[in-house]
Amino acid sequence: MPKRKVHIYKNIDWQTNLFYVLLLLVGWLNIYSADYNPEIVNEGLTKADLQLIWIGVSALSAFVILTIDSEVYQIFAYLIYALFIVILIATIFLAPDIKGSHSWLVLGPIRIQPAEFAKFATALALAKLMSSYDFTLEKPRCLWKSIGMILLPVVLIILQREMGSALVFLSLILVLYREGLPHVVMLIGLLFVVLFVFVLRFGDMQIADTLGSWGLFGALILVLLIGLVVLSLKGWQKIILRYVLGGITLIFLLVFVLNKWTSLEIKYTITALAVTLILGLSSFVYGLLRQNKGLILVSLFLWTMSAYCYSVDYIFDNMLEYHQQTRVKVLLGLENDPMGVGYNVNQSKIAIGSGGFFGKGFLEGTQTKLNYVPEQVTDFIFCNIGEEFGFVGSVAVLLLYLFFLFRLVTLAERQISTFNRVYGYCVVSIFLFHILVNIGMVIGLMPVIGIPLPLISYGGSSLLAFTILLFIFIKLDASRSERMF
Amino acid sequence: MLSIIVVVMLTFIIRLFYLQIISDEYKYYAKDNAFLEKTIYPSRGLIYDRHGELLVYNEPSYDVMIVMQEAKNLDTLSLCKILHITKAKFDERIREIKNKRLNPGYSRYTPQLLVSQISVEEYGELQEKLFKFQGIYIQPRTLRGYTYQNAANILGYINEVPKKVVEENDYYKAGDYIGISGIEKQYEELLRGEKGREILLRNSHGRIVGNYSDGIYDIASEKGHDLQLTIDMQLQRYGEFLMQNKIGGIVAIEPSTGEILAAVSSPSYLPSMMVGRKRSENYPVLNNDPNRPLLDRCLKGRYAPGSTFKTVNALTFLQEDIIRSQTCFGCRMGYQVGHFHLGCHNHRSPLNLSESIQHSCNAYYCYAFRNMLDNPKYGSVSAAFEVWKNHVVAFGFGYRLGIDMPSEDRGYIPNSLVYDKLYGKNRWKSLNIVSLSIGQGEVTATPAQIANLAAAIANKGYWYTPHFLKSVMDADTIITFEKHNVNVDAHNFEPIIKGMEMAVNATDGGTARVARLDSIVVCGKTGTAQNPHGKDHSVFMAFAPKDNPRIAIAVLVENAGFGATWAAPIASLMIEKYLKGNIAPQRQWLEDRISNAVILPNTQ
Repeated sequence: MPKRKVHIYKNIDWQTNLFYVLLLLVGWLNIYSADYNPEIVNEGLTKADLQLIWIGVSALSAFVILTIDSEVYQIFAYLIYALFIVILIATIFLAPDIKGSHSWLVLGPIRIQPAEFAKFATALALAKLMSSYDFTLEKPRCLWKSIGMILLPVVLIILQREMGSALVFLSLILVLYREGLPHVVMLIGLLFVVLFVFVLRFGDMQIADTLGSWGLFGALILVLLIGLVVLSLKGWQKIILRYVLGGITLIFLLVFVLNKWTSLEIKYTITALAVTLILGLSSFVYGLLRQNKGLILVSLFLWTMSAYCYSVDYIFDNMLEYHQQTRVKVLLGLENDPMGVGYNVNQSKIAIGSGGFFGKGFLEGTQTKLNYVPEQVTDFIFCNIGEEFGFVGSVAVLLLYLFFLFRLVTLAERQISTFNRVYGYCVVSIFLFHILVNIGMVIGLMPVIGIPLPLISYGGSSLLAFTILLFIFIKLDASRSERMF
Repeated sequence: MLSIIVVVMLTFIIRLFYLQIISDEYKYYAKDNAFLEKTIYPSRGLIYDRHGELLVYNEPSYDVMIVMQEAKNLDTLSLCKILHITKAKFDERIREIKNKRLNPGYSRYTPQLLVSQISVEEYGELQEKLFKFQGIYIQPRTLRGYTYQNAANILGYINEVPKKVVEENDYYKAGDYIGISGIEKQYEELLRGEKGREILLRNSHGRIVGNYSDGIYDIASEKGHDLQLTIDMQLQRYGEFLMQNKIGGIVAIEPSTGEILAAVSSPSYLPSMMVGRKRSENYPVLNNDPNRPLLDRCLKGRYAPGSTFKTVNALTFLQEDIIRSQTCFGCRMGYQVGHFHLGCHNHRSPLNLSESIQHSCNAYYCYAFRNMLDNPKYGSVSAAFEVWKNHVVAFGFGYRLGIDMPSEDRGYIPNSLVYDKLYGKNRWKSLNIVSLSIGQGEVTATPAQIANLAAAIANKGYWYTPHFLKSVMDADTIITFEKHNVNVDAHNFEPIIKGMEMAVNATDGGTARVARLDSIVVCGKTGTAQNPHGKDHSVFMAFAPKDNPRIAIAVLVENAGFGATWAAPIASLMIEKYLKGNIAPQRQWLEDRISNAVILPNTQ
């Protein structure tokens, strides 16, 4: 393949680099401040010193990445992915138990978390897969391949008991969406989440004390309504308006009357389930008679979703670990403070809230230094920003992230090759997910999931991994005109 | 994609606007020092023996804590006077507190440990004058107290949690207590309970005005679980009494359950020596003692099992059809092949299997062992050796038994690769390793493993993992320990048990006549463990009564010579004490002889 020689440093996107440096600076200042204590007789390196070393290491690796031929990343994408899968498997067995997770490899004085580095490896492999000849997400085989590629590291990292990092990979689904994954898939995914939350949140409220839980009932009715709307769009509009809606209302009225004036206690949840299943059955039978695939799919949807609604409690009780259940319950307001999770988040909100409009000033924060805010230099570093730099500072950091992400999207969109574009979107998704979950957690909008704030949180593995992730993309972008295909 | 990003950022900005500008709630609590987080320590679980006798309990104690932020105008001199420490010592302590490497959880807003375990008098005086010392607090704690000054090796002790544990485990904070050894360490999570927490609010004068948010963030502490151990404390104490001024170990097991009735390690130390501030004085002394009182010889002493090991060999040969119970071998003061000679003592010849155990004939086992290794049915010597090794390992040798203690030695049973390395592959013959047949050579075992062997023979073919925990007293936890089969048929145990019975009870000469009891049939086997560093160790293993055995025991006395001289009488006294409750008057002289004997290498 003929290549045009392009001078790399002229083509580097300097805007992205600028944002990168600014974020590192914000991070370092806040680590310095959160860890700062004038009274301490210092012996050895502080966290800020260590972070500075990691920034140096990251800068060096960014430089190396820029000098490597850009085609290397595409050629070796699968190999790198395979390598990291092997490392992830090994980590499950080799890593010691550090605060309940088995995700850190200890190499002498250095601790490394391979899950962080698996992100760029998965992004590379996904980009290669999706840019391969004949790939289209409309083919189920291609779709399953991409989903499998994303899920493999997820499973391995869950086995390391590192739920937070595992969830990050799911953000790559966003990339599939950009590359033509049908909207239906996204909507169904969203529906799964909504039903889950709904069943849990209102699960303890009973209709008339004994007649089934509001959560389950509401979820089933939602499924039923969606089914009806879809069926109307499939040409059942008249039948539904004339008979089905009336029929359903009649059934519920009948049940209501029976419960009111007889000693029969018919649960509303069971009634809703029965109605949904019957609607599913009729659409299935009709679909078979008319050989209409769409109707059969609707019946499948109704059945699967009602079964799912009924298994939410089981999934919650058995698939999540106790502390994870607690975090979700605290967020949903179902439990106040059984394990101290709510307390941590509350402390973090107090720290941020106390910052006010302009903040207390650099090194002047008190709440973050109380040691009440947990993990104040790593996962909860945003507290320090909120407390010392106030609303102005917090919004400035958010805007910095916003411009940074916008720039990355712009870069991704201007790529000629699918490989570069997919990789770019992977970078955006991973960054966005981290920012969403981390800041969301700190300000009490998300459950407590321990993942770092990109380029700001203290920690070598995460900083280096984000640098590699980002600079591969900068390199790909800089040499985009070398590749003419 | 762009819209998702915008939505996320907008949501965050709105939320921040609410938190930082609209809501007052969060600003109110953010005044300096508004919170005082107080840890509520649970009481640690108590420890009882198998008969429900209380062994370990809690005694109140007080730590002095300091909050650096508040302790600005501290009257250091009078504080030092009350606490009986020098100003220099105080300053050094403050430096240690502020050093992040020594004290990783340091914050100047939270209480830090200044002086631990002050005396009752110091507590009284300080409590009276506490109002003078701003930033100084008294934290009540509990120390361990002991009903008896025995069983230190089993009970273990607690101490301040090591720095490494604080870093790796969220539960512990610097200054907390944690089990460091023995049962205290093994069952730390059951014993410790769960800490509680109180969040108090203070006004700007530092006065506490109540619980934050009416206490919804407070957590009640949970008391630790009480444990019942399998040991019989009176038997344990008697064992320690017999072993005074001697080095070695006694392990007694109930064969039908694997419950350890006593585990005496001598010399030992008094449990109270490791409590609180006394520990820092006592520990270095104990650690440097040449007789090593901190070593638990029951679980970690490695000794050649000596002739007690002949029982394992006899069972292996029977199971592998190498010998029958009536098989006889001759012996003329030893085993002689060419220039090779392995000595034996004077006894009649030839002997059958039971008699070989009774008289502990060395030659018998050399013949039988070589017959097994050279038997063509295995193909090669090393293949035969592996079969032999697998039999031995099934009795609990060569690997950890899995006793519920933080550490245990596995002993040592070589495999054929060891000899391949030593002599070259296929270059070694049965004669090279014949000393294994009499429990010498490369094999080593702990007293616990030898006692376990006695239990397996008593049970005629199986053993339960020996253990110390009988029950968790206030929990529904049911504790089960694994049953292991040794893969030797029950009928093959008959001639071995008969030999062990004759060794103790036969009138025509047995190696362990001194262990005989009038009222109980004791089955035993003596041993003399070769000791490359000095005089041989005296070993004895036994179980009793012969039918439905209730106790299996191993005794090892270092540098005491023949098994019959010291180990056998100790075992018989222990058995008598456990089964009868006391020692018969006509055997009182034996108890006196044993307890008065001094067998220490450094005194001879």
